[in-house]
Amino acid sequence: MSVERALESTGTWLDDRLHGARGVRVLLRKVFPDHWSFLLGEIILYSFIILLLTGTFLTFWFQPSMTDVIYHGSYTPLRGVRMSEAYASTLNISFDVRGGLLMRQIHHWAADLFMAGIMAHMIRVFFTGAYRKPREINWLIGIILFTLGLFEGLFGYSLPDDLLSGAGLRITEGILQSFPIVGTYLAFFLFGGPFPGHDIIPRLYIIHVLLIPGVILALITAHLFLMFHQKHTQMPGKGRTNENVVGAPMYPYFMAKTGAFFFFVFAALALASTFAQINPIWLYGPYNPVAMSAGSQPDFYMGMLEGALRVMPNWQWVFFGHTFAFNVFVPALLPLGILFTGAALWPFLEQWITGDRREHHINDRPRNAPTRTAIGIAVITGYGILWAEGANDIIADHLDVSLYAITWAARIGIFVGPVIAYWITKRICIGLQRKDNHLVEHGVETGIIRQLPGGEFIEETRPVDPERLAVLTARVDHPPLPAGDTGKSDVPPAGMRGGLGRVRERLYKVVTESAPMPSAHNGHGDGHGNGHAIEGNGHDQAAITSGTSASSSPTEPEDEHS
Amino acid sequence: MIGTPAPATARTMLPPREHDGPPPPARELPADSDGDSRRAKKIERLVATLFILAGLSGLGFLVAYGTLGVGSITAVQHSNLALGTTLALTLLLLAAGATIWVRHLMPDVELTEQRHPMRSTAQEKAAFEQTFEEGAEASQFVKRPLLRRTLIAATVPLGVAPLFLLRDLGPLPGTSLDTTAWRKGLRLLVYGTGRPITPAEFSSPGGLITVGPEGYLDDDDAMAKAAVIIIKFRPGQLVFGPNVKPGAPSPANLTVPNWTVDNIVAYSKICTHVGCPAALYEQTTHHILCPCHQSTFDATRGAKVLFGPATRALPQLPIGVDSQGYLIATGPFNEPVGPSFWERS
Repeated sequence: MSVERALESTGTWLDDRLHGARGVRVLLRKVFPDHWSFLLGEIILYSFIILLLTGTFLTFWFQPSMTDVIYHGSYTPLRGVRMSEAYASTLNISFDVRGGLLMRQIHHWAADLFMAGIMAHMIRVFFTGAYRKPREINWLIGIILFTLGLFEGLFGYSLPDDLLSGAGLRITEGILQSFPIVGTYLAFFLFGGPFPGHDIIPRLYIIHVLLIPGVILALITAHLFLMFHQKHTQMPGKGRTNENVVGAPMYPYFMAKTGAFFFFVFAALALASTFAQINPIWLYGPYNPVAMSAGSQPDFYMGMLEGALRVMPNWQWVFFGHTFAFNVFVPALLPLGILFTGAALWPFLEQWITGDRREHHINDRPRNAPTRTAIGIAVITGYGILWAEGANDIIADHLDVSLYAITWAARIGIFVGPVIAYWITKRICIGLQRKDNHLVEHGVETGIIRQLPGGEFIEETRPVDPERLAVLTARVDHPPLPAGDTGKSDVPPAGMRGGLGRVRERLYKVVTESAPMPSAHNGHGDGHGNGHAIEGNGHDQAAITSGTSASSSPTEPEDEHS
Repeated sequence: MIGTPAPATARTMLPPREHDGPPPPARELPADSDGDSRRAKKIERLVATLFILAGLSGLGFLVAYGTLGVGSITAVQHSNLALGTTLALTLLLLAAGATIWVRHLMPDVELTEQRHPMRSTAQEKAAFEQTFEEGAEASQFVKRPLLRRTLIAATVPLGVAPLFLLRDLGPLPGTSLDTTAWRKGLRLLVYGTGRPITPAEFSSPGGLITVGPEGYLDDDDAMAKAAVIIIKFRPGQLVFGPNVKPGAPSPANLTVPNWTVDNIVAYSKICTHVGCPAALYEQTTHHILCPCHQSTFDATRGAKVLFGPATRALPQLPIGVDSQGYLIATGPFNEPVGPSFWERS
């Protein structure tokens, strides 16, 4: 039987039972817009798949047990040493299971890539405004995934019970203990008694291999379903409007490209795991609560928390017979609390300030939202300062600078740095917008100087090509805040009254601060006349029917009824 | 980015002023209009070669698995190198082949799909509302408050049951954080050798030794609180007495008792910040440094905090010598060791 016949009969068999022909055809023609930054999300997804594959492999040999054993395996330097079964079995995976070390290293590199991908993806979504209506739910899911990833990573690298990760657990215990009222209870319930006890590794194990991955898997499914259902955003460009989505169809283009991309991601991880050692637990030795080595560093995604702990002054109160350990629970909770709460609230805050409740499907270029971009860079700056402070001892050592000077620089920098970053970014964005406006209004300089009959010299410009023009002019106009019926009374409309209304008015001015919209396209008079209607081409799924110009702003503002 | 055809390729094939007239509805621009041209054949051969090499590399992976054993450090190095290289190469060649295939053999297609507002139409919403209300009515959930309330009340205990079920995760802390294994008369055993030590054996000034209480060296739970460092000083280097340093943060640290023997002082090794072992000692400055968050303590002045996030000094263990001349604790710590906690006063 030919392949075609085989496919056909299989398809028929399935269709007889599932009635899939129509739905699957729509699926195959589903359009995916293209932009390099859209690959960041795919990196996360593929890292997660690789994590599931390699993680399952590791569970076949790993023993989540804190029972003491004497090591007799292949790693000679540790023979005869007392250690937990968890540590011994990790040595066993590394030295006595073929491919075990490779899988361990791929697993660890993939975890780092997963977290790095989440950060990069989140940054991309923020700076392009892709979180805006209707995608706020997916933004929130993403923040939860980020949080879960932090815990999943911390718990995962704690499992081998080596000296480094054990110190991480000790710090976790110290942080929990510092929480007011419930702290010691939380620590004792998590560790099953005093630190380190014998329960923590088995407990972290089941949380790491079942509970959190299960939730992550469910949330990723929801995340992808929503992305699919709402259709992907697109970058501005010619022919791309807020009412369409332009790109290559899923079958075969997107499938082939994304399949290739999966192999690229896997290959990169395999290469890293072959040539770049990661987490050599045999060099750290088994955990014991008495020892610690200099230059200890957590995985990179924990660095910010580590830096927050290091930067905090040693403030502590003893009050009514109780200790308020501000030096511990404030840095443990506040920076990440601000980051995650702020990120979760931002889309709604922005909507409230601007009154913009339209759907947005065309991504902003970061320069076209100067305040948002400036806030993003300010947050990244603050995060970066804390992250670098997390390695203050390493920096002090390598640069031969005083450790205390670095810490003081970070203490000041965490307040000053973001403000400077905000201000500079905003100026740069507005400057870039002006540059774009200049191009749109005056065209591209050709370098040709022409003498007019009157003797006057002018420099010739040529109009910006339409592709670029569409990008340059793709800007969201902010509808003005609802104003009162000034003719009748001075009463402001609902939502603009009282102190909150005044705050909103002021924030509106800050958030919508931008260079003015470009006045005329190219100065060639076709600025408003090019709203060509385009006929459908007969494909029911593929028709451009937009009546707006390429630079059209999003859908008409909805009336603010609700 | 590798693997993504530059969108510009498709667009530059449009005439420059194309947008003035009606452009084609969907841009289906075959990368190679003549599917069987020599260029296409060449690309086909290239991709096939990459796939063949990928297959061979994959075979190499299997062979490496079969032939290279593990069980020693060198063997693992070789095995990891062979398995990793072949695996990475297989994946890389597959990825490269597939990418070239997509970019250079498949026609460059750009489709446009319509979006529709996410919001449902008024009719859809009305229909939903009607269905929902009909269902609510049929269920009589609203109509029969007795059923509704008893149902909700009945599920409350079930809802909080998990909280009860988690109660046995651990014992309550009680006062267990206040004390350590140290008590009067316990010898200081050197961590590592497990031997007791006399002041005479520990005679080099500037030295630091980690010790634990006799009988508890292998007990991680005990050592997590009871680890102690002893440091030997030259006569006159140690400073004792009240208010050794102005502005000492905690009332408990306003005095530094002289609990030393022969210029040997014993401090808790557990950092008062979040509990890492404060394992680094700088001989010239007499600073004890915690490697985790760089809290710095002055070993000559009751291990007071000089810098960093820790608030309290490292508690001092009172020491003496027993009848055989070995160092012993002359009492427990007089305050809880390690990180701060809510119940600590």
